[in-house]
Amino acid sequence: MNDLWISLVQSLILIVALLTVFAGMTLVERKLLGYFHLRVGPTRTGPWGLAQPIADAIKAFVKEDVIPAGADKFVFRLAPVISVFTALAVWSVIPVGPPVEIGGRVIPLQVADPAGGALVALAFTSLHIYGVSLAGWASQSKYSLLGAMRAAAQLISYELSMAMSILGVFMLAGSLRLADIVAAQSDVAFIWLQPVGFLIFFIAGVAEVARMPFDLPEAETELVAGYSTEYSGMRFAMFMMAEYLGMMSVSAMVTLLYLKGWHGPAFLPPVAWFLVKVAALLFVFIWLRATFVRVRYDRLMDFGWKVMLPLSFLNLVVTAAGVALWG
Amino acid sequence: MSAVAVVAAVLAVAGGVGVIASRRPVRSVLSLLLTLLSLAVLFIGLGAEFIGLIQIIVYAGAVMVLFVFVISLLSAKNEPLERPVSLLPGQERWGGVAAAVLAVLLIVAGLRHAYPAARSVFDGYGAVRAFGEALFYEHVFVLQLAALLLMVAVVGVVILIARRS
Repeated sequence: MNDLWISLVQSLILIVALLTVFAGMTLVERKLLGYFHLRVGPTRTGPWGLAQPIADAIKAFVKEDVIPAGADKFVFRLAPVISVFTALAVWSVIPVGPPVEIGGRVIPLQVADPAGGALVALAFTSLHIYGVSLAGWASQSKYSLLGAMRAAAQLISYELSMAMSILGVFMLAGSLRLADIVAAQSDVAFIWLQPVGFLIFFIAGVAEVARMPFDLPEAETELVAGYSTEYSGMRFAMFMMAEYLGMMSVSAMVTLLYLKGWHGPAFLPPVAWFLVKVAALLFVFIWLRATFVRVRYDRLMDFGWKVMLPLSFLNLVVTAAGVALWG
Repeated sequence: MSAVAVVAAVLAVAGGVGVIASRRPVRSVLSLLLTLLSLAVLFIGLGAEFIGLIQIIVYAGAVMVLFVFVISLLSAKNEPLERPVSLLPGQERWGGVAAAVLAVLLIVAGLRHAYPAARSVFDGYGAVRAFGEALFYEHVFVLQLAALLLMVAVVGVVILIARRS
């Protein structure tokens, strides 16, 4: 029973922390995009625009919540909940550091530690698509439906390469538990052993959370706002939340699978190393958005099926041969 | 039987009822999704962790997504079916009888403890390693046959598509 309470408190801390980081990240992204564009970003709300997330939150809360007349109201309300839930649930298995000892108890820095931790993360990632595609269908608007169709095709295509590239890491680590995978990298980070797998996983991750240059489900220049066109107020903010949480979990997974997790030189504590690496990857996400233009839809599919997937299979075979010969 | 198993079982049955009772196809898909997720919970509760996770990743995360994809395209307008359409005329009552018989059998079996006591399983049962060893050492021939079957299906799809153009 005590363990259950610890897990509950951990979940609460985790959710509050994640939502705080989400709020901070919306500001950091706008400021960084501003600097990338030789602008200054938000400046009017507090010093350095620090109160901007608060202003945004108030705006989202007080805005009128419109549900289109033709919408399937139940599914329309359910979709953002699914999005946020799956995005949060991925974090339940992500360890942010080695177990710590508090008052004679060893407490792992993750809510749950199942033997198939990495698979649990993949499972929740794969459910994320329901939020998007149901939102698009329930809105009963052509732009929303087009966005949902694109999302379904894109996410399924890139999920394959993502799962295939992660298998290489499993083979090297000999375990699916995320803490074991980090422990297996105490000497050399898997990014050096799995450079192709790392690239495929990260690219597929960008596509999974539908960020630039793969943001076709939203594509504001052609689809208004894609699947979230008909959403307003807090429900729209929930899709934003899911997107940012998705970016964070992809960054965390890349850190754990390829970048030694919380290992690092001793002048910083392990948890700090983990956070630094995740923050660096989040910066890359924003950097990508400021650098690339959106790819065309047929090229996106071609790239996913004709480049990413064969490469990830090749990576798998080469890794398997390597493990069998020298492992 | 733990509380989690009871809740998951009830949700699985409720989802199953929802699939056939719902008049909107997308709601049927959602109900089926609920059933699949509840079954995954039951698998994990029984110690078959890997099967449970694969159930979510493959069935809930991929197969059902295609269902949503197709159904939301075909029934893009949110209109319920006007009247309950019987797709299986004459079979419903027999289905009901079969379900009732099965329910009685299950209840009797449960009351009589007809199932043998669970064998004590080894450590790590149902985890990926044990699953993989069973799959690739004990049952490798069946696995190859299944792979062949899937390959035939894939080739068939390619031929069917190629013939049309």
